[in-house]
Amino acid sequence: MDSEDDFNSSQMSEDDFAQDSDVEIDEGKDAESARSSSCDASDTWTVDSDFDDDVGFESQDKDIKPNKHAYEVDFNVFEPSQIQASQHKQIAEVSSILVQPPEATAILLRHMRWNKERLIDQYMEKPEETLESAGLGQDAATNPPKITKIQGFCCDICCEDGPELDTFAMRCGHRFCVDCYRQYLYTKIKDEGEAARIRCPGDKCNRVVDSKSLDLLVGDDLHDRYQELLTRTYVDDKEKLRWCPAPNCVYAVECAVKDRELPRVVPTVHCDCGHYFCFGCSLNDHQPAPCSLVKRWLKKCEDDSETANWISANTKECPKCHSTIEKNGGCNHMTCRKCRNEFCWMCMGLWSEHGTSWYNCNRFEEKSGSEARDAQAKSRQSLERYLHYYNRYANHEQSAKLDKDIYLKTEKKMQQLQSSTGMSWIEVQYLDTASHALQQCRQTLKWTYAFAYYLARNNLTEIFEDNQKDLEMAVENLSEMFEKPIDQLQGLKVDMMDKTAYCNKRRIILLNDTAENLKQGNWEFNVALS
Amino acid sequence: MQLHDKLPPGIVLVKADDFQTWLLDIQVVDGNPLYAGETYRLKFMFSQSYPIEAPEVVFVQSTDPPRPIPYHPHIYSNGIICLDLLDRQGWSPVHNVESVCVSLQSMLTSNTKKERPPGDENFVRFNTQRPRDINFVFHDERV
Repeated sequence: MDSEDDFNSSQMSEDDFAQDSDVEIDEGKDAESARSSSCDASDTWTVDSDFDDDVGFESQDKDIKPNKHAYEVDFNVFEPSQIQASQHKQIAEVSSILVQPPEATAILLRHMRWNKERLIDQYMEKPEETLESAGLGQDAATNPPKITKIQGFCCDICCEDGPELDTFAMRCGHRFCVDCYRQYLYTKIKDEGEAARIRCPGDKCNRVVDSKSLDLLVGDDLHDRYQELLTRTYVDDKEKLRWCPAPNCVYAVECAVKDRELPRVVPTVHCDCGHYFCFGCSLNDHQPAPCSLVKRWLKKCEDDSETANWISANTKECPKCHSTIEKNGGCNHMTCRKCRNEFCWMCMGLWSEHGTSWYNCNRFEEKSGSEARDAQAKSRQSLERYLHYYNRYANHEQSAKLDKDIYLKTEKKMQQLQSSTGMSWIEVQYLDTASHALQQCRQTLKWTYAFAYYLARNNLTEIFEDNQKDLEMAVENLSEMFEKPIDQLQGLKVDMMDKTAYCNKRRIILLNDTAENLKQGNWEFNVALS
Repeated sequence: MQLHDKLPPGIVLVKADDFQTWLLDIQVVDGNPLYAGETYRLKFMFSQSYPIEAPEVVFVQSTDPPRPIPYHPHIYSNGIICLDLLDRQGWSPVHNVESVCVSLQSMLTSNTKKERPPGDENFVRFNTQRPRDINFVFHDERV
């Protein structure tokens, strides 16, 4: 179960994410700058269908947002430079309010996890304590840090002394030689990846190394790394920001969905790098299942699936105490090691009813035997139920992987098609669109099975299962077409486009249904959503 | 590396041939009945960046001479010690072998419970990490 690390990439419909020009992380402006995460694939069909949305019209009002589906959330994608700029902006703003130099303000803000209001309140109330707790002590503004030579100094770290030794101390007064200080900072930044909260090397000293002192001590090579780490901590500190987890992706995504809302919404976001992930837990897109169910399911699969398979295939349960028993030889007269119940392995009935006729069980119709088998069947049912959902989940996961292989081959197919039929590049894009839709639908289908496993039986569940079935059928139909040889592909173009559109439509219907009911708390789960 | 001529009472240098591994014996000298009459062996392992980085310090067991692992709610039976001083966050380059030994002595001195940390058995069986890579949560302010 390591599939969560697959990163589906989508190369299509960049136009959907052509960024607004006025992207900025500003708390107060979320509403305006947040744009809809309109699902890329959806546009391919909404345009064709009877203008049931306002997407098709070139509206004179440019600010009109494309209709948002129930399963979509608002979000913004930011580049590192934008994140850095917004930090600077906030630092400058607070710096002028608190009348503290920017370096100190930066430390204070980081200390308060970028909660401006709380910082200002706290500072206005008890400035000294606030500075102290952030590791700034008093008078950060008056004399800047500098490197000095001190007579009779001996470094506590390396025991070097001498009148020519360069030394450094922050205002806490813990003085060390510059070499030791420098090496300490290098280790912290390079090896341990710390930045925002590096403390003075002195024992139990809570003073944080500020950026001015850092500039003084470390070279430019480390400076870049330091800035990068600061930005990283900034994103980690902000509840609304999250890094895109795709490998080598540098973007961060902003989304207003809070942790406590997660049982009611599945906030899938789409990074500019093409990766779809859940803002709540950073895992790959797992709509329609909420994060807590996903976590539970993955955990269960991790410990259970193989074991459960084996148990189901190779064991029976003691009819009395339900201990799992593997029969690895010997006759059918079983004595449960745990409860000492004697029973027959064949009919699961009491052994005493068999009299002395050992081995041959001819008492299949006996009452106690059939009751025991019923009970057995019942307890196996829960196991079978789990395996039912697990197998389908795993199947879609596997198919998605295979479809991904096909996707990689699609490009080649598209080129072949261009050269063999004289179709233009734009004319063969339908293959790319179809393959992308296929992957996305499989991803959704996969999670519908984890979702369904935890669903209690009721009418809503029936509707859900119908939706699931429809989507599954649509997906299988489309998937089948990909198997066709190149020469037939051209003739199937219209059919394939129809099927792609249909797949996307079914997916949206399913996701809208689940998301709406999730929002209203209509689903009944057989476990608690935490 | 600092080599003091005179170590505090209860601390004996056993082996310090190189700058990689040192062995020291420590005793609890204040008469805490839990540790009376016993001697414990500490193994220090230094990285290239010592003293900027903390050394790895564990108790080691041996039968000749008898060196048990002391009972303490923060010492696992495989000798791994959960002490903030030895962790990245708690370490300061100002510390040295002597100060670590003294801290461990006082950690033992103040203990009254003859017990292992909760989950000791599982930890000892399944832990494959080196002490420095374990993320201990330091919650107990009393030691």
